[in-house]
Amino acid sequence: MAMLHTINKSPFERNSLDACLRLAKPGSAVLLIEDGIYAATKGTAVSDKVTKAMEGIKFFVLGPDVKARGISDDHMLEGVQVVDYGGFVDLVAEHDNVQSWL
Amino acid sequence: MSTKKFLYVNRKAPYGTIYALESLEVVLIGAAFEQDVSLAFVDDGVYEIAKGQSTDGIGMKNFSPTYNALGDYDVRKMYVEKESLEARGLTVDDLMPLVYEDEEEDYAEKPSIHVVTSAELADIMEAQDVVLSF
Repeated sequence: MAMLHTINKSPFERNSLDACLRLAKPGSAVLLIEDGIYAATKGTAVSDKVTKAMEGIKFFVLGPDVKARGISDDHMLEGVQVVDYGGFVDLVAEHDNVQSWL
Repeated sequence: MSTKKFLYVNRKAPYGTIYALESLEVVLIGAAFEQDVSLAFVDDGVYEIAKGQSTDGIGMKNFSPTYNALGDYDVRKMYVEKESLEARGLTVDDLMPLVYEDEEEDYAEKPSIHVVTSAELADIMEAQDVVLSF
């Protein structure tokens, strides 16, 4: 059963990313939204952790939230797929259930 | 009225919460009282002044251009903590080039942003009369 996890908090301010990565099973997907998108940026204190988690979990990021925050393409971590709002809906539909890490 | 040293400490990313916008509003109001104002950008607060913000897709007002106006309100000291930038994979080049015009040097544009270490910022904080946190 594949689950979609959404994270909307900055990984530098809350432990939502850590909690999600601790409990998400391989084969599930993580969609980073709102302030959660900072977890998908390069060269940060958490980027190694995210890169490692990508071995078993697919990572997505909501494009409009990335653009709003001024994060350019070359700051994005490799392997993270950018989706729009339609893609968000598709991810929800494709997975069996959704857990929001607030 | 005597002048006091005011420091606004910004520690939140923009858009996810209202803190960043509220801070900016309070800074603009405070600027009208001609106090000695400084801003500090610490932790996720450094994201407030990231360049290239474009909020068309999220239905919120992009308030980042307003930081450019602060120089005209004599808000010229913006301290960005080096350690916070580094933890986020950012450099000063990823921030908006905020400037002010120095009337004593024929209105030459000078940078408002100063990247400082934690130790330097601690000294700046200690020298204030009033510290407001956002």
